[in-house]
Amino acid sequence: MKLNLKIWRQPGPAAAGAMQSYVANDVSEHMSFLEMLDVVNEELQTKGEEPIAFDHDCREGICGTCSLMINGTPHGPKRATTTCQLHMRSFSDGDTITIEPWRAKAFPVLRDLIVDRSPFDRIIASGGFISAPTGSAQDANAILVPKPDSDLAMDAAACIGCGACVAACPNSSAMLFTSAKVAHLGLLPQGQPERDQRVLSMVHQMDLEEFGGCTLFAECEDACPKEISVENIARLNRDLIRATVRDRGQVHVESGAG
Amino acid sequence: MNRLFALWGTTVGKKVAMAATGIVMILFLISHMISNVLIFRNPEHLDSYAALLRSLGPALWVARAGLLACVLIHIAAAWQLTMLARRARPITYAHHEYRVATYASRTMRWGGVLLFVFIVFHILHFTTGTLLPGWQDGRVGDNVKLGFQSVPVAIFYLVAMLFLGLHFSHGIWSAFQTLGLNHPSYNRSRRLLAWGLALAVAGGLATIPAAALLGYFK
Ligand code: HEM
Ligand code: FES
Repeated sequence: MKLNLKIWRQPGPAAAGAMQSYVANDVSEHMSFLEMLDVVNEELQTKGEEPIAFDHDCREGICGTCSLMINGTPHGPKRATTTCQLHMRSFSDGDTITIEPWRAKAFPVLRDLIVDRSPFDRIIASGGFISAPTGSAQDANAILVPKPDSDLAMDAAACIGCGACVAACPNSSAMLFTSAKVAHLGLLPQGQPERDQRVLSMVHQMDLEEFGGCTLFAECEDACPKEISVENIARLNRDLIRATVRDRGQVHVESGAG
Repeated sequence: MNRLFALWGTTVGKKVAMAATGIVMILFLISHMISNVLIFRNPEHLDSYAALLRSLGPALWVARAGLLACVLIHIAAAWQLTMLARRARPITYAHHEYRVATYASRTMRWGGVLLFVFIVFHILHFTTGTLLPGWQDGRVGDNVKLGFQSVPVAIFYLVAMLFLGLHFSHGIWSAFQTLGLNHPSYNRSRRLLAWGLALAVAGGLATIPAAALLGYFK
């Protein structure tokens, strides 16, 4: 099939960018979205033009590196699917597809469709850890975890940190991401010692990075390729209120924000 | 106190403040709706209800100050969060689609502004009488009938109640989440409560200008 592409091109972080039109010929419906872009890039390179820069790594939906706002939706039209796992059969011959980078002040464009997602790393570093004893390994069953809690923790841990939640949110809020990390550790017994400090620090860091607040539009949940639930945001809110009441947590801040 | 200020300093804390002040305003509006529909029994009922409130003396002023504080805190948080959200996306999408956000959630901000304008107008209209020629102190039932003789005013009240209902329905749903309450076992009831209260309060209040437009008070 033949597709009309409108793609954001921007040579560098400080350079001005603009939408540019391309035509993708001979696209097979079996191609992944990224393979379709690979083909466009090969053609650009044979013509001596600069290829379109986009992020990718595993191409099997597990690393969280691919991104792309496709026709106004993060990772494109298919639910619970990363861009690398999206196939061209989701489109029809003659379609016009708009491809843009994630848009948020906290995620500046580095080049074309690639944005800097290091604010997420700093949010994790500020509180997304537990303290574990080193030395001889503990007995695997020494700490018992109720099955429902471990299931919910695993659901939250499915977050691959791609940033689709921020991209989808009209407020550019990072609450779904941050709450997934807070809930993932907070639901487990191993996460209890740092529970107050974790939520205080991660929310503080999230705000420092200049993400917006949550209005509960729930666009994030719909966009998330790993179907992280907004229920986690309620868990974060609950933990923050609890930590405020208990007044025992220390805020830890990562440098480099903003 | 320090803890409260630290909480207010976060985006989540501002939402907690909005939820708390919103709930106080909702409780007020429930009682406001119930007392106002008394007009359908007999306009004098409204007068005696108003007289009862006034007999509270200083307590009435405490309640008024509390409500005013709620409105101000609610608006301050709304303003700050709106500005933060704007700054958080300096370059907007060429193509963006809403997939699940409800109309109610998307009108919280402009609808909120409309509600604020409405609240100011409403106080100048019925409470102080500044904007209602012929207003008489203590004659609440007559003032309401007089006020709604103006068709544009009655329509403005109806539109404001529509947005109040929308604001309510998303606000109640969202306030649970902000306060940490979201669980599959009661989310259905939470939706029903949000819609039910929105319909009862905004709908209940709207019956008065609607009845006036239909000539009920002639
Ligand atoms: C006075 C003018 C008002 C303005 C400007 C306003 C504005 C807003 C805005 C912008 C939000 C959404 C904040 C966000 O999530 O980003 C909100 C939430 C809310 N509003 Fe209002 N509002 C007003 C009046 C009211 C009234 C009269 C009530 C109660 C009857 C109310 C109850 C609520 C509730 C319960 C929430 C939900 C808070 C949460 O999500 O936790 N508001 N308001
Ligand atoms: S490239 Fe790894 S998730 Fe898409």
